[in-house]
Amino acid sequence: MSGWLSKRGGWLGVYAVVYLVFLYAPIFLLPTFAFNDSTVIAFPLQGFTTEWFSGLSGVPALTGAVKTSLLIAVTSALLATTLGLCAARAGVRYRFPGKGPIMGLIMVPLVLPEIIVGVSLLVVIVSILGLPLSSWTVILGHTLICTPFAVAILNASYQSLDTSLEEAAIDLGETPVSTFRLITLPLIMPGIIASLLISFTISLDEFIIAFFLTGAEPTLPVYIWSQLRFPQKLPIVMALGTILVAASIVMLTLAEIMRRRGLKKAGKKDTGGFL
Amino acid sequence: MSAGQGLSEAKKGLLLAAPPGLYAILLLAVPLGAVLLLSFWSQDFLTLDRTFTLKNYREAFSEPLYMLLLGRSLLISGAVTLVTVLLAFPIAYFVSFHVRPERKSLWIFLITIPFWTSYLIRVFLWKVILGYNGVLNTALLGVGFIDEPLTFILYNANAVVITLAHAFAPFAILPIFVALEKIDRSLLEASRDLGEGTVRTFTRVTLPLAMPGVVAAILIVFIPTIGDYVTPDLVGGPNGLMIANMIQTQFLKLNNAPMGAALAVIAMVSVSVISLLIVLVTMRWSRRGA
Repeated sequence: MSGWLSKRGGWLGVYAVVYLVFLYAPIFLLPTFAFNDSTVIAFPLQGFTTEWFSGLSGVPALTGAVKTSLLIAVTSALLATTLGLCAARAGVRYRFPGKGPIMGLIMVPLVLPEIIVGVSLLVVIVSILGLPLSSWTVILGHTLICTPFAVAILNASYQSLDTSLEEAAIDLGETPVSTFRLITLPLIMPGIIASLLISFTISLDEFIIAFFLTGAEPTLPVYIWSQLRFPQKLPIVMALGTILVAASIVMLTLAEIMRRRGLKKAGKKDTGGFL
Repeated sequence: MSAGQGLSEAKKGLLLAAPPGLYAILLLAVPLGAVLLLSFWSQDFLTLDRTFTLKNYREAFSEPLYMLLLGRSLLISGAVTLVTVLLAFPIAYFVSFHVRPERKSLWIFLITIPFWTSYLIRVFLWKVILGYNGVLNTALLGVGFIDEPLTFILYNANAVVITLAHAFAPFAILPIFVALEKIDRSLLEASRDLGEGTVRTFTRVTLPLAMPGVVAAILIVFIPTIGDYVTPDLVGGPNGLMIANMIQTQFLKLNNAPMGAALAVIAMVSVSVISLLIVLVTMRWSRRGA
């Protein structure tokens, strides 16, 4: 035991495990209460039930919210990844005037409080342009906050891409467009998929911006927020949360597999993490 | 080189950077400017009075409630930052120095997963954990650690700090981890060869070199937490409400967007000034240490 301790960093290793428990505590509690046969979210547990999950299917407002959220998440992921591809290629490959400020501005939403993004878009759309709020206004906001993550992921893809491959294709007579399609795209495809999945997950879970910008059709988190006010709805929310978290974990695991595949393709050493 | 046919490098770069750049200008820079502009206008019932006025700022600085909320928000965000970064550093250090290289990405993945999963539900679960009949109290009562439920952990600022420290943990760990990974390990060997102990090596070599990561962690936690209104709303109680709750109320409930805009501007300026001070102080400190 003491040998194991010293090898793995001693008490630091113990601390790391305790810290992981702290990080995962809410996630483990979620399914615990989702399958608990009681309308009160508290211990002791009352027995096993799948009632709350079957209760999910009969709510039209929920089905609507899921559809709205999926539409918003897919569109935002596509837009953010497209913008991220442009920014990452420009940032890694080219030197141009104003590069620092432009790249900096694109990454700003990473540190900006989300309420500021929500409020500022609300001001422009409603107070100044006088346009109605809709799913599109949420998409505009989500694309803005997903783009920095897409850029970070795709930067790594472009950095590990050997430029001589593209040059060789051009020298052999391919056009820039066909070079991109035949050489670049397949090599950075894992990064693109990882970026799509991460952006999709961020948009699907995002609440603060959606709350400000959502129109008549609420997104899933906005719907959940409205249900948190009713104690008798809480077990159903727990069931919904369990599904949402499970879906997020599956998508993140796929994204991580893609990221590693991308590194392997490029023959690079794994340095960990997306950012 | 034939890849450079036609267009110059600068033109190609600009052309590529244009779509994301324009998107950020139109949907970020311009809207931020609009908030600033709006904060100098005023709301006259249902109509927006577009004459320049400092009325909102006068009101913000003279109304005790606004200043109380701002002060509390800065304190809570400061406490969250301190707690998060102090708890995060040992984890980043452990993963960087004690985990086998091929295992590192798995650890980082495990650490980031909770961060990506539904934020709203995670916050709500902290309410379940910290409540009077909550998980923590039931567990502590069960093992006989306490005789009656703890009440200082829900519906106050403590609950907000705990919940936000949990939500922002990966944000603090990642930049510190990246900084630690960049440290040339031979420097640490050199320090030990020259007779420095483990502690001195840490304080004189590792910590100063990790400082850029620590500063990044501080900023990346401190700035966004000031804008959180979900956590104070769900677990904060009346004495845990923050400035963002007031901004949200002004915009969505009181229909006084100019006042909300002024409060948003004041909050952002305060956070930026404090962040700048943090950066300047640490820069001076690490220069002296070097």
